[in-house]
Amino acid sequence: MEKDVLIKVSNLDLHYGDNHVLKDIHLEIVRNNVTALIGPSGCGKSSFLRCINRMNDFIRGAKVTGEIIIEDMNIYSRSTDVISLRRDVGMVFQKPNPFPMSIYDNVAYGPRLHGMKNRTKLDEIVENSIKGAALWDEVKDKLNSSGLGLSGGQQQRLCIARAIATNPDVVLMDEPTSALDPLATAKIEELIRQLKEDYTVVIVTHNMQQAARISDYTAFFLLGDLVEYGQTSKIFTSPKDKRTEDYITGRFG
Amino acid sequence: MNDINPRAHLERSIEDIKRKLIKLGKMSGESLSKSVHALKSQDGELAGSVIKMDDSIDSLRYEIENDCLHFIARFQPLGEDLRAVSSCMYMASDLERLGDYGNSISKTAIELSDEEYIKPLIDIPRMFDIVEAMLEKSLEAFEKDSKDLAIEVFALDDQVDDLETQILRELVFLMIEKTSRIEQGSKLFLVARNLERAGDHVTNIAERVLYILTGEYVSASKYRRPEKKGRSEGF
Repeated sequence: MEKDVLIKVSNLDLHYGDNHVLKDIHLEIVRNNVTALIGPSGCGKSSFLRCINRMNDFIRGAKVTGEIIIEDMNIYSRSTDVISLRRDVGMVFQKPNPFPMSIYDNVAYGPRLHGMKNRTKLDEIVENSIKGAALWDEVKDKLNSSGLGLSGGQQQRLCIARAIATNPDVVLMDEPTSALDPLATAKIEELIRQLKEDYTVVIVTHNMQQAARISDYTAFFLLGDLVEYGQTSKIFTSPKDKRTEDYITGRFG
Repeated sequence: MNDINPRAHLERSIEDIKRKLIKLGKMSGESLSKSVHALKSQDGELAGSVIKMDDSIDSLRYEIENDCLHFIARFQPLGEDLRAVSSCMYMASDLERLGDYGNSISKTAIELSDEEYIKPLIDIPRMFDIVEAMLEKSLEAFEKDSKDLAIEVFALDDQVDDLETQILRELVFLMIEKTSRIEQGSKLFLVARNLERAGDHVTNIAERVLYILTGEYVSASKYRRPEKKGRSEGF
């Protein structure tokens, strides 16, 4: 079956000053799937993730060449509106980082930023997004309380609700469970499985088992190279490259 | 989307494997059933269709094995999940073997399709009926997590063994009477042996179901009559 590619990366190079962080990356990310990026620290996986919504623009000395095409649009072309790019490509970070405001305002933040003023519509978006992040039953009676009062796992689900409130095509996640306990982690993992019904998820994880459990495709990075990319079930049972085999069997990394 | 079941993905994956295993069981049962029917009705064409089925049985078996490996790699299962997935690999191999017996019986059916039988085929279909009942019970035990159904399978294997002994005895007498019957007699005996072995593989499946459910290796012999001394007793 032909793969339905949403993000097409070609000839991507990233430099931080003299440091060549990503080297000639070619990768096609499939729509409505979970793609995991794995590799040892410093391999370039998080830098690659940040390229997908141009978060590296904030880093002094960062230089990107090559193409990332999302829905026929090269996000590195001059005409790209970075604000609207980040509406379409949401992001969830390692540590839950709710804004110091109410649960409602956290989720409404993105839509308001993009000009949404209609209260009924906002209520609807907030409710649907919190439901989409499987948090509704836990917070529906305290939407006006501070997001900071929630537990770590709930805060992270609130951040997911905030990320999907702008109805993005892609949700990027950078080690979203590394600060959470095992049960909260298991819940987020199942939530990610559910999110792929509506979104394309790209996740960086240090936890190889997590990548194995939740992703459909896995990309293995090493020293800035994309060593191997393919279906997760294949990568974790019969990888083609010796370096991937050595990494997943714990021989290095 | 509000209830998060952290096991949902794992459970879906193992259900998929279980469904495929039951499908494999049904295909193998069909292969045996058609082969015995082809032998009885001397229908070479039907026997040929069984032989053609064998490749799809083999490939489903490997698909299940692959799924189980992927499951282990992805979920690092423990407890009942681990018992289930490791047992599914063994069960897939047992079920595929039933298909092989169907294949072998079909080849005999083709070889004997133009010959007059040295005896009416009554006990071989009876043997198959019992193996079929055992297979249905063991698959149902697996599907419904039923210890009782699994245990019921064991005693039926005694009946299969008895019929095999009876068939062999009968064939030996027929062959002693006329040496020209030896070729067909030995082929029919191999059919009975194939069905007896099929019964053993189905018994393995019921044992595996009990292992999944209880974590204990339960031997079928615990539920069967005491073993006679020497299989060929009575000849």
